[in-house]
Amino acid sequence: MGTTQSGILGGRLPLAEYEKNFSDLHPPLDRHEALVAADRCYFCHDAPCMTACPTSIDIPLFIRQIATGNPIGSAKTIFDQNILGGMCARVCPTETLCEQACVRNTAEERPVEIGRLQRYATDIAMKENKQYYARAASSGHKVAVVGAGPAGLACAHRLAVNGHDVVIYDAREKSGGLNEYGIAAYKSVDDFAQKEVDYVLSVGGIEVRHGQALGRDFSLADLAEQHDAVFLGLGLAGVNALGTEGEDADGVEDAVDFIAALRQSKTRADIPVGRRVVVLGGGMTAIDAAVQAKLLGAEEVTICYRRGKEHMNASEFEQDLATSKGVTIRHWLQPKRIAVKDGQVAGIELEYTTLEDGKLTPTGETGIIAADQIFKAIGQTFEASGLGALQMEGGRIAVDQEGRTSLAKVWAGGDCVRGGEDLTVSAVAMGRDAAESINRALAAEAPLASAVA
Amino acid sequence: MADLRNNFVGIKSPNPFWLASAPPTDKAYNVERAFKAGWGGVVWKTLGEEGPPVVNVNGPRYGAIWGADRRLLGLNNIELITDRDLYVNLREMKQVKMNWPDRALIASIMVPCVEEAWKAILPLVEETGADGIELNFGCPHGMSERGMGSAVGQVPEYIEMVVRWCKQYTRMPVITKLTPNITDVRKPARAAKAGGTDAVSLINTINSITSVNLDTFSPEPSIDGRGSHGGYCGPAVKPIALNMVAEIARDPETRGLPISGIGGITTWRDAAEFLALGAGNVQVCTAAMTYGFKIVQEMISGLSDWMDSKGHRSLDDICGRAVPNVTDWQYLNLNYVTKAKIDQDACIKCGRCHIACEDTSHQAITEFVNGVRRFEVIEEECVGCNLCVNVCPVENCITMEPLAAGTLDRRTGKPVDPDYANWTTHPNNPMARQAAE
Repeated sequence: MGTTQSGILGGRLPLAEYEKNFSDLHPPLDRHEALVAADRCYFCHDAPCMTACPTSIDIPLFIRQIATGNPIGSAKTIFDQNILGGMCARVCPTETLCEQACVRNTAEERPVEIGRLQRYATDIAMKENKQYYARAASSGHKVAVVGAGPAGLACAHRLAVNGHDVVIYDAREKSGGLNEYGIAAYKSVDDFAQKEVDYVLSVGGIEVRHGQALGRDFSLADLAEQHDAVFLGLGLAGVNALGTEGEDADGVEDAVDFIAALRQSKTRADIPVGRRVVVLGGGMTAIDAAVQAKLLGAEEVTICYRRGKEHMNASEFEQDLATSKGVTIRHWLQPKRIAVKDGQVAGIELEYTTLEDGKLTPTGETGIIAADQIFKAIGQTFEASGLGALQMEGGRIAVDQEGRTSLAKVWAGGDCVRGGEDLTVSAVAMGRDAAESINRALAAEAPLASAVA
Repeated sequence: MADLRNNFVGIKSPNPFWLASAPPTDKAYNVERAFKAGWGGVVWKTLGEEGPPVVNVNGPRYGAIWGADRRLLGLNNIELITDRDLYVNLREMKQVKMNWPDRALIASIMVPCVEEAWKAILPLVEETGADGIELNFGCPHGMSERGMGSAVGQVPEYIEMVVRWCKQYTRMPVITKLTPNITDVRKPARAAKAGGTDAVSLINTINSITSVNLDTFSPEPSIDGRGSHGGYCGPAVKPIALNMVAEIARDPETRGLPISGIGGITTWRDAAEFLALGAGNVQVCTAAMTYGFKIVQEMISGLSDWMDSKGHRSLDDICGRAVPNVTDWQYLNLNYVTKAKIDQDACIKCGRCHIACEDTSHQAITEFVNGVRRFEVIEEECVGCNLCVNVCPVENCITMEPLAAGTLDRRTGKPVDPDYANWTTHPNNPMARQAAE
């Protein structure tokens, strides 16, 4: 039994309850479950799941390898395409990617459990610390990677395998980027993000320098001068503001900070949460914040989104997850004013909206929801300095298909680029492909000595 | 309600489902349970001659192969005939037969290939009130090394000789159980008939090694690191058994010889197929060993409901109905032309039909149509082979459609000939040409 006292408090629940609430969302498959699940794969030709995967993992092959008792071979099939396949198995919205494409949906409206099978194989390989990749002979090239998130790690790994020496610069204390700071705690338990970073770095040839921020400690020009190539894999540091009255009151917080604090907390009991919580937004961040607020013992959690259910960026699975945990999702409501009492949030006035000729229009009708805590999850922006003359597009870095920016020697990928999909798996794909592009460019510019002789 | 009562060489049972001679029929306890569950009859596990009983291995006796979801597809065993005292078995048989007078109780027998041995055991069995005997000429493991079981079944002369002794020394109907471990199953069947057998039963189990342990390199089942071939049975052997039953049913020399069908019968449908191919009843073992005796209830209701739906009133209406349709390849109609047809509404777009056809057959199924993933049959290339039907995971999604006489076969560019024509008269057949000259 927890406390329903008003205000923003930690320790709303008994300790054991936190542990239960923040345990693995999808517990791992055991061997038998994995074999049964793998049996359901049809080994499709030119499989739709594989096409739907941003990293193009050969899913039918890795599942067949599980089914035939070769999870170590299966993990290699996964890692060949996606060295962060372990985290992707946990956080990918498979219901809108591979599993949505599974032909079993047509057959019986129940896809093969691709995500959980991928976790099964990668867990075994990582637990055994199975190393698949040996570095090629040193190329003598040095590459800088900015950001130790999914894009940066994937890029660094592929570069290191190709014999290049890599230095990753990251502003935070720990590597992993959003994998470490930006994902709901119940999706990555047991410090998995750090274990995965260690696994990726164990290939060798990658040095990580923490507390190094672009624009503060060095500029892009510095990096380009000191290295043969640079990859920018930055995250989105900026958070959109509401621009409403009362936004500065105590109790109005950024959802991303709340999520990050939760991930860094050991017991979660130290993370304060309101009795009545309102989350503004309709994406994954909103869901992650709302669900976790509820799991921390908030009595009432309401997501308010200014458009309809069909417009939400959060997948249907995520929405169902939120409602199953007791979160209320309300649509067609946009914030108008935050009610403040004694400097503290007391509630939020919202205005109903509608679509008129495809344009979101307030109706003039308003209502108030009492709240002692409000989380803003209405989008993040790319904020960076020190980029010099780098060409931007729509507020993000402009890149071509291979991740090349407007500057020679500079590549970029992940959330910071135009066309980034806000997905770990897409960031991995972009980092990996940029590494291949960098590798080709470096090889072309410096022919091997043996080729000359 | 269809009448499932069975009369097999004068042996009556309420339904045609018997348990085959095997572990499930080794003692009264099991057989009582089987009869309670509804089995029509049992063939009691094979009796040996008087004296110290055989011994079995004390390690694993069974090996297996599995399909999806670890469904048991094939089982093999190295168990020998009953390892219980002859008189214990005989006493129990007598009591069970008294308790269940309406059920069939057959004694399986295997004794050395000498007249005295058979002459000695037959009166003992007859005294139990058993309805008949089955001669175990089939077991391929262990006993065959001692000149019994399949060692007899593989020599037609021995079969004929032993059957003759049995007919001479007992009034009980004689069923001769045949081994499939032979090149032409018609030869032992003919020999059994020549000896005067009342019926044959088949198939016994097939020589097999189910798997090899890749850590120890021992065959499975492994007895202290070594293995021996066992007898293979279960769903995987059904097609082999069906063919052997049909071979005997359509052989002019054995036509009409009653057959008790055995081999992988797991459902009522399997049983109906054996009956249609000429079996007078069926014997089951692996299905019971996999799921327990209750499965007979599904078999009884399934067979009965199917017969009702088709208007078959008794087993006589279906037995042997498929036999006239079994023929030699050379008599198949070469003017019968089919093409695969894919039901696009049922298709789940797995692409297996395409890749099977593209990689291993006739390149007759598309992968894309107008740039969209779509699997369609290219009639110009389709030879009607049925591979796509067999690999498609959705039942009835792909069907083989016969072309009506006169329609253009786009593969050959010729209209379909309405007349039946087979290889014996085909112009490419050198024998046919010779005959024409």
